[in-house]
Amino acid sequence: MSPEIVIFNVTNGLIVGAFYVLMALGLSLILNLSNVINFAHGGFLALGGYIGWMLTPYVGFWGALALAPLATAVFGFVIERLLIRRLYGRDPLYSLLLTFGLAFILEDGSRSIWGAQGLPVSVPDILNQPLSDQFFFITGYRVFMVVVVVVVVAILFILLRYTRVGIRIRAGTLDLETVAALGVNVRALRSLNFAVGIFLAGLSGVLASGQLGLEPTMGTGLLMPSFIAIIVGGVGSLTGTLLGGLLIGVASGITTVFLPQASEAIIYVIMALVLLIRPRGLFGEEGMMT
Amino acid sequence: MKSGRTLRLAWVALMWLALAAAPFWMPFVGGYTALGTRVLVLGLAAMSVNFLLGFTGVLSFGHAAWFGLGAYGCGLLLKFGPPSTPLGLIAGTLLGGIAGGLLGALMVRRRGVYFAMVTIAFGQVFYYIAFQWSDLTGGDDGLRGFSRQPLQLGSLTIDILSNSNYFYYFVLVCFAIAAAIMGFILRSPFGRTLIAIRENERRARFLGIPIERHIWIAFTLSCFFMAFAGGLYALVNNFADPRGLHYSQSGDFVIMAVMGGMRTFWGPLLGAAVFVVLQDYISSVTVNWMSFIGLLVVLIVLFFPRGLLGLVNRRSVA
Repeated sequence: MSPEIVIFNVTNGLIVGAFYVLMALGLSLILNLSNVINFAHGGFLALGGYIGWMLTPYVGFWGALALAPLATAVFGFVIERLLIRRLYGRDPLYSLLLTFGLAFILEDGSRSIWGAQGLPVSVPDILNQPLSDQFFFITGYRVFMVVVVVVVVAILFILLRYTRVGIRIRAGTLDLETVAALGVNVRALRSLNFAVGIFLAGLSGVLASGQLGLEPTMGTGLLMPSFIAIIVGGVGSLTGTLLGGLLIGVASGITTVFLPQASEAIIYVIMALVLLIRPRGLFGEEGMMT
Repeated sequence: MKSGRTLRLAWVALMWLALAAAPFWMPFVGGYTALGTRVLVLGLAAMSVNFLLGFTGVLSFGHAAWFGLGAYGCGLLLKFGPPSTPLGLIAGTLLGGIAGGLLGALMVRRRGVYFAMVTIAFGQVFYYIAFQWSDLTGGDDGLRGFSRQPLQLGSLTIDILSNSNYFYYFVLVCFAIAAAIMGFILRSPFGRTLIAIRENERRARFLGIPIERHIWIAFTLSCFFMAFAGGLYALVNNFADPRGLHYSQSGDFVIMAVMGGMRTFWGPLLGAAVFVVLQDYISSVTVNWMSFIGLLVVLIVLFFPRGLLGLVNRRSVA
């Protein structure tokens, strides 16, 4: 087994892990503050990709990369205002079913508008060059994706830590009632928070389309690993979600080297182990496990 | 109160009558017997989901896994083991029920949305196993190469393989037995305790009820019912499909339960009937059936969260 193969799969794992992280962070934000499992997250991801594809002829790749996630976030904001907000405070069953139905509509809608066939997406030539002859598989675009994810995640964490809104979101995760009692407009906070989550999904969509092309179901496959990233990292902890996503991405990359059939199974094994040994997740707080 | 009870009994009697006579009246309304068989099996599955959701207050969104395991267990026994339909059903029920019980012990450590999330994720494990282990399961193509076998009752042979009406009655008997056991459990002190947990978990805990153990037992029982329904489903199609294990199938079961009325015993059966007929009809008229089902779900959640029977019940109370 040559070192190239190992490095190839580990880098692959990191890249896949970066997408898990983007997806899972968005899901986690929404789950923490609104107690909603957003089944439609994968649908929003695909939507982001398609919006980027539509925008590219007018604003170019870079413009699309900047605008498409914003457009997706606006769409998410509207959905939250119109539908999801009505279900806050009710049994979580209903928000789960609603987003489940929404996922159907988004997938079917994308298929009707843009077709079931995959659409190819081109990225600027600068990004397509391999970085070196030896590791020809490490194209500029792969590095670029990881850099974008790192930058965006860093910005997100800085915003959550140091801005007023960010602090309110984190406080709301711990105790929403008290935050509301202190005079914070919780409704607006939740809408904004939802939009941020969808922004991350839209961004993953645009980034992923440059590597894999566009398909109506492109986000669905990322949904389950993202759930697991959240469970492994510990519900309520964004740092946990971040590390959980990277962990399962790299773990499945490494498993691909030794036992390709088990690359998918390994993430479930990790989840089972975590639940067995540390039910609240690696970074979950005591008392947040309900 | 008394008259309400009589009315309820009359409705249940009418339902059994309609079910018993289904092969005779279904062709007149544009249906066919196999459709009725599917409604019964999926209805039993939705009732099993509801055993947990409606009567224990615990949402599992991964129950398709136990349904699918039941189907594969039944199919594999018929394919490689003795050619006996009852043995196949027993094998499927045991496989799904035991697997669900073992993993359930891990899952009941969480509650609420997170329980739902863990059940989804664990459910997917079996989807991937069925998908990847193609030597045994046929992978993406599903498990083929088996068929339900005629029943042997002493010297009497009932050909449920080629006669679809006989098969319908076989499924109806299975359904009736499972429903009776389920109803019996729910009327027992154990079942009443489950309802107490649903109504107020904290108060039930203060009364000294071991909540985790009760939820685990309820989960396991529900897995056994689910796997039994899955085994029947394998017999319906003579085929086991990996997509039967997928979480979107679990979603369908939850939709059936909620649509029919999750606080009622028979609601999920009605929900399954409506769902199956709608899906059958819509997918024959338009390719966009997914949008219609999605829209239907959104509308139910927003406007009819109590489901069809919940609506009727409230009216009769008022």
